Amino acid sequence: MSEKSKTPLFRLVKRVKGDMMSPRKALAIRVASVVIALILGSIPIMLTGANPVKAYGVIVVGSLSNAIYLKQTIKIAIPLLVCSLAIAPCFKMKFWNIGAEGQLMFGAICSAFFAINLGGKIPSFFILLIMAIAAALGGAIWGFIPGFFKAKYNTNETLFTLMMNYIAIGMVKWLQGGPWEGRKGTQLVPTFHKSTFLPEVFGVQCGWIIALILVIIVHIYMNYTKHGYEVAVIGDSLNTARYAGMNVGWIMMRTMLLSGALCGIAGFLILAGENHTINSALSGGVGFTAITVSWLSQLNAFVMIGISALLAIISKGSKTLNQRMGVPSSVAEIVSGILLFCMLGCEFFINYKVVFRKKSEKEVAA
Amino acid sequence: MQENCAIELKNIRKTFGFVVANDEINLKINRGEILCLLGENGSGKTTLMNMLSGIYQPDSGEIFKDGEQVAIRSPRDAYGLGIGMIHQHYHLVDVFTAAQNIILGLENEKMDLGAVNDKVKDICDRYGFHVDPKMKVYDMSVSQKQTIEIVKVLYRGAEILILDEPTAVLTPQETDKLFAVLRNMKKDNKAIVLITHKLAEVLDVSDKVAILRKGKYIGTVNTKEATAQSLTDMMVGRAVTLNIDRPVYDNPKDRLEIKGLTVVDNEGINKLTDVSFTARTGEILGVAGIAGSGQKELLEAITGLYPVKSGSIAFLNDDGSRNELVGKTPMQIRQAGVGMGFVPEDRLGMGLVGSMGMTNNMMLRSWRNGRSIFFNKKAPQSLADRVWKDLEVVTPSTEFPVRRMSGGNIQKVLVGREIASSPPVLLTAYAVRGLDINTSYTIYNLLTEQKMNGAAVMYVGEELDVLLQLCDRILVLCGGKVSGIVDARTVTKEQIGLLMTSVEGNTKEAKDE
Repeated sequence: MSEKSKTPLFRLVKRVKGDMMSPRKALAIRVASVVIALILGSIPIMLTGANPVKAYGVIVVGSLSNAIYLKQTIKIAIPLLVCSLAIAPCFKMKFWNIGAEGQLMFGAICSAFFAINLGGKIPSFFILLIMAIAAALGGAIWGFIPGFFKAKYNTNETLFTLMMNYIAIGMVKWLQGGPWEGRKGTQLVPTFHKSTFLPEVFGVQCGWIIALILVIIVHIYMNYTKHGYEVAVIGDSLNTARYAGMNVGWIMMRTMLLSGALCGIAGFLILAGENHTINSALSGGVGFTAITVSWLSQLNAFVMIGISALLAIISKGSKTLNQRMGVPSSVAEIVSGILLFCMLGCEFFINYKVVFRKKSEKEVAA
Repeated sequence: MQENCAIELKNIRKTFGFVVANDEINLKINRGEILCLLGENGSGKTTLMNMLSGIYQPDSGEIFKDGEQVAIRSPRDAYGLGIGMIHQHYHLVDVFTAAQNIILGLENEKMDLGAVNDKVKDICDRYGFHVDPKMKVYDMSVSQKQTIEIVKVLYRGAEILILDEPTAVLTPQETDKLFAVLRNMKKDNKAIVLITHKLAEVLDVSDKVAILRKGKYIGTVNTKEATAQSLTDMMVGRAVTLNIDRPVYDNPKDRLEIKGLTVVDNEGINKLTDVSFTARTGEILGVAGIAGSGQKELLEAITGLYPVKSGSIAFLNDDGSRNELVGKTPMQIRQAGVGMGFVPEDRLGMGLVGSMGMTNNMMLRSWRNGRSIFFNKKAPQSLADRVWKDLEVVTPSTEFPVRRMSGGNIQKVLVGREIASSPPVLLTAYAVRGLDINTSYTIYNLLTEQKMNGAAVMYVGEELDVLLQLCDRILVLCGGKVSGIVDARTVTKEQIGLLMTSVEGNTKEAKDE
């Protein structure tokens, strides 16, 4: 290496106080990231021989243009939104709960137990109430276990919650093929009794009302309650929380109980609102997608409504795309992957700036 | 003597965001000279030297070595130019020996430890070091580790040595030894830069002093022509008085009685052994000791944050009754009605929540109040407004994240909150570390005010001069044991220095009363 070697062409500088990007510019970058994502996303669409502009049109039209499409889109958004709300307090605490999927599933199992055993035997209102409570308790237990081990033995919550997902999914598979199997060999649980179906409001299962109420509750919980304050302090510094006299272990367990309960309720909404039976594909991965939603909305409960809706639109639209233009739905998944990547990636350019080598230095060094 | 310029900096500028760390700085570093780079914390000393050692690159400006322009892109480039920096925090591998650490990272070096040992011995003999090349780093004292860092730099052939606050972790005796070595290097025609903010050392060892203030180069003076006062004035930018007021409180009473306190860390090592003392009302009890002698553990044990193995910590009420604090959590101590203010060493990591504003930080002490599930923001809001005004905290609003404030303002927020309730016991750890002279004096005055209000104040400090001026008594810790409790009005710096390194020191006269 020569002593007169050049200074690097560019370097990254973290933005610090007084140098933060203006909100307008940040918004512009976010919009630009979506545009770039759409451009990049058109490549796989073109490879299948379709016209990308038309395909994007179909996605929007196919998810929003009429009541049936819209209802289906909302159906997809509901559990996604509830799971995102569930994860938010954990992430605020820097407790990386990626077990929403498992908490949802175990909640659904508990809920299904009552649906199967009480369906048609008691009035619909009570059975739904019992199912909801069972789901919340089941999810809470599933969330509490990793919370307990983290608080007592400082185990790694990321791995723990992840592994718990597979246990819950495995249990559903076993129930499907074993105790709860309908006709032998089908590996299917028969559809539940009608009394376990959630009523509809404006033609969509009433879960959307529950989800919106939860948005407000979670927003208030995180911003105005003592619990929310404790969670925020722990997320910033464990030692500060201890210094302030907080019982860190208990707060972790409590937050995981709550998060798990919300995930369980998401499971109940899928079960009683649309699926009406239980199978291992019940969640459709919302527990994982919810992580992205939480993160993209920067833990703001109201922004989560928009992000969940956006992802639901892509998901529903891609099904229509498949039917109308023969574009495989996996291509639509690639497009939504590109979109998420760009949206998360653009945060980097909002928080950092790129500084290029100055001309004069270049001349001197050369 | 003819000047022999090794490095010349011309118009160096470095910014971090909108913060200008170095603004158009010109500096000459000569061979055969010790140059002190003097300035308050945050004046840009370390940033400037980091550009010489290849850690940062200047935004603009030029660096010349022996009259030839150079670009320093990495620490490796710096070594190539004969520039070596000894950082405040050492970069050594604990499980390696001294010799292994010294050759670590040298690609073309043969692993011939015999030859390495010879070369290390040669360097040591030349400058008066003492290094055992076979000693493992984890067996070394802080000062020995520092020696290894210096030898490491010399081994790589450095002719220009930069030392960043080398005396911060040393006792007065170790500092003298280091300075003797530096003088030998100077005779050997090396160029030495010493970054410091301690005036006494500047006057003692340097030939020239370059002063920085708020990122700007103020000037270079010959040490012979300078005094402590003239340097301070240059550093701060106007005349400052350097005296701390130390009034006497009339009727001191015992407030906190600690007996046989022993605490053990996770690895089973004793952090405090059989510590006993009494803190009194109307008194500032200083705690001196080399960094890591148990100061942190002592304060945390008193506040219920560090588990106690044995011993007792009793809070003595005005009516003579005792509250035993051992075994209580911080919340239980509060609920028992024992008021304690604690300014911990790690301000953002323990005392405050960096991402929150002043108001929410005030709430750290009151969040539990009331039965409602909602927190009450009114009281912390008015407290935040009061601290903001009374202590002249510079912040755009009480919602502005404290992390983004300057160090001095962060400390004002923390101290302001802790003294707000006039607690009978106030514990402070390194309360003025990193603060400029003005803020430091504000803090000293606040502590003295609390003392005159009848609080029992404990002040863990690192600058002996300040301890001697501010405190009434000084407790000296050495390796987790009390090596003496002395009267701050009569003791000398050298006596404390001795106590800091040995528990066998003469403590007879020192025992109170």
